[in-house]
Amino acid sequence: MGKSDDITWMQKENREQADFFIKEHTLIIQFNQDVDHHNAIWIREQADHLLEVKNVKNIIFDFTRVTFMDSSGIGIIMGRYKKVIFIGGKIAVCGVSETINRILSLSGLYKIMECYPSLNEALKSV
Amino acid sequence: MKILNQYDNEMQLEFDSKSENESFARTVVAAFASQLNPTLEEIADIKTAVSEAVTNCIIHGYEGREGKIFVHCYISGNEIGIDVKDAGVGIENVKKAMEPLYTTRPDLERSGMGFAFMQTFMDELAVESKVKEGTLIRMKKKIQTT
Repeated sequence: MGKSDDITWMQKENREQADFFIKEHTLIIQFNQDVDHHNAIWIREQADHLLEVKNVKNIIFDFTRVTFMDSSGIGIIMGRYKKVIFIGGKIAVCGVSETINRILSLSGLYKIMECYPSLNEALKSV
Repeated sequence: MKILNQYDNEMQLEFDSKSENESFARTVVAAFASQLNPTLEEIADIKTAVSEAVTNCIIHGYEGREGKIFVHCYISGNEIGIDVKDAGVGIENVKKAMEPLYTTRPDLERSGMGFAFMQTFMDELAVESKVKEGTLIRMKKKIQTT
């Protein structure tokens, strides 16, 4: 996804674990590394900071670049869902591999969110 | 017949209870398992189970404090066994801890799905724990030969 005027890019340093950007009122979290407990701590802090200071309603979790997620990822998604649900926001995931899809299915998260093949399709829906 | 070798192959790891080592542990175990020619799905199963077990040691066993985590892997025929051990605080009620969605650390956004995933992705799961002594998680998985 290229840079364009309607996208605000967030934090410059330490983009190894994930990239964050905001389009209209949607926060997009693009995971760059395995979503495990180690990376979850940092991702959660970054996301919550943005939710506090920016006018964010929806969140899209983009898994295009990663192939691994454990139960820590469920915590990240559930935790952020609890924050945006109060303001009528939605969450969605995209670019989900088969292995990550199994984790998401088993956890029951598809009851509260939709899965889209690409970020563009996810953005259109929220 | 060789009596000394109980297994066809085995390996052991000992590392610090640090979250950086979660990816190290699951990657090493997956690499060891690869000699059984597992499918990508089976490798993903093993990585997830190891990640959950090691994360448990760090968060619950040692509660973020220093300590050592031990991983013992062994292969018998087409089966891999993975033991993950800590000398941490132990689990008071193992049955309760294994219930899906049960967590003692909602503050850390733990989902309570760790044991459920280990159970789902491995063929066998046993948990031995003693309060103040530590926890041993024993998992086994048969790799399907095609």
